Amino acid sequence: MAEATFLDSTELVLNMGPQHPSTHGVLRVILKLDGEKVMGTECVIGYLHRGVEKIAENRTYTMFAPYVDRMDYCAAVSNGLGYCLAAEKLLKTEVPERAQVVRVILTELNRIASHLIWLGTHALDIGAITPLFYTMREREEILKIFENYCGARLTTHAFRIGGLQYELYDGFEQEVNAFCDTFPARVDEYEELLTGNRIWIDRLQGVGILNAEDCKAYGITGPLLRAAGVKWDLRKAQPYSGYEKYDFDIPTRENGDTYDRYIVRMQEMRQSLRIVRQAVKDIPAGPIMGKVPKVMKPPIGEVYLSIEAPKGELGYYIVSDGTVNPYRVRVRPPSFVNLQAVEKMAKGALVADLVAIIGTIDIVLGEVDR
Amino acid sequence: MPDEVKPEGTAQAPAGGTAAPKSPAPKASPPPKPPVPTTMVTTPWDGEIPGRLKEQFGGQVVECASYLDQNFVVAKPDAVIPILDFLKLELDFDYLVDVTVVDWPKKPERFELIWILYSFHRNERLRVKTSIPEGATAASAVSLYPTANWLEREAYDMFGVEFAGHPDLRRILLPEEWEGFPLRKDYGITQMDNRWVRENLGIESGQ
Repeated sequence: MAEATFLDSTELVLNMGPQHPSTHGVLRVILKLDGEKVMGTECVIGYLHRGVEKIAENRTYTMFAPYVDRMDYCAAVSNGLGYCLAAEKLLKTEVPERAQVVRVILTELNRIASHLIWLGTHALDIGAITPLFYTMREREEILKIFENYCGARLTTHAFRIGGLQYELYDGFEQEVNAFCDTFPARVDEYEELLTGNRIWIDRLQGVGILNAEDCKAYGITGPLLRAAGVKWDLRKAQPYSGYEKYDFDIPTRENGDTYDRYIVRMQEMRQSLRIVRQAVKDIPAGPIMGKVPKVMKPPIGEVYLSIEAPKGELGYYIVSDGTVNPYRVRVRPPSFVNLQAVEKMAKGALVADLVAIIGTIDIVLGEVDR
Repeated sequence: MPDEVKPEGTAQAPAGGTAAPKSPAPKASPPPKPPVPTTMVTTPWDGEIPGRLKEQFGGQVVECASYLDQNFVVAKPDAVIPILDFLKLELDFDYLVDVTVVDWPKKPERFELIWILYSFHRNERLRVKTSIPEGATAASAVSLYPTANWLEREAYDMFGVEFAGHPDLRRILLPEEWEGFPLRKDYGITQMDNRWVRENLGIESGQ
């Protein structure tokens, strides 16, 4: 506390959140300020803690699946995919090819929807209101596809352990293709508004820098890691659900600042679209559900399986004791781990930059607190 | 709906030399069911990493094995931090993915601690595991991997496992004054700290 402050005045302790609109939910940050300069931060989390991991131990494998949607509720489909893959590995179940392809389509659409939410709210935090309306408009198209497919828009529970519950509806391909045709022009539109915008650049460039070494030390994954120049994406590094069949690039940037993370996510949306186009072109015929027992009792053992969620590495560590309930389900949430780096990124920044820094991590508090 | 089938794993013969399952008493009535393994049916894991670990740490490394093609190392509690250090510096495991705990109240060493590591260079994952009795302290990995800070705080918050050398070990998700460790097996699903709820929320119970 005795640190000499820049303005030679006393340090000011300021509470930001948990009901502050720019903290994206119920994040509370205690700031130590010297004038407008951030000397230190402390994140206070847990306001949304529901004990998801405890609930898992008291549910069967099937019953727990809808709960995972409520962690990162902007990317419920991704959460479900990770959980199903982990449970399938534990059960040694093969998923039919048709189900795998549908899973990829829905998961990539969900990635776009998640990035759109991020883009809209991040821009809003910085002071650009218009992008939010545009991104919500496109996200609506994706949510309509989810709704037509499984009846839910947000907490979809789209997949089941072993495959899919529902066949595709008539007109699915057409709707997805229609989205694929219109969306690139929409991304161009966002980029026109933001990428070369003087205010946008001034507010983001050089803010919240994390280099590759810092990222590895703090366990940072996802777009933050790629913006620091590490070409690493679990869809390429350890492919799952048939991602090895699709042709796509891993966008990277060099500086690791907030602006680069913006560029990376914009390019990721385009890459996701590439994957969706390839997948939807040729959805194989066949069953949508693999052979799974009605009563799932995986043999005694454990598994760790992780996927590239929109926010980074999402992992499930499941321990089976041979009964119908998982003995332990540990969720490795990307938001929780990435949030830890706020302290490093915010030191020495301005209060206004902190808003950009929280926005650029792309956290969902449902996943941070579980 | 899919046909009901037997889980494939139950039919699997134990592979390798580790953890042979105890066969139950043979049943006279057909069809004879294959014995259900009562422990994890692992396969031994050989290669560069287990070889170097055994060479470096000898008896401190209890087991190197695989399950479902996922490798893990079981070590004595005191050896975990040196092993993590060795894995990081010598074998390029530069990313600590997760630190977590599993509670086995019936075992003498109640808490099983798991460190999940990944190497960008090798594109390989492994788990380091150890077990400690209740009341014992684990060593903190924060000095090796800063990301362990919040992960260990969460493990402490949920299980009450203390990590010696952690710079700031306190609860992270639950309130600081909360009593009890919710992810322990003896903590009920609807249980909460009623005193805390009463004093802070002004209601009798959260349930």
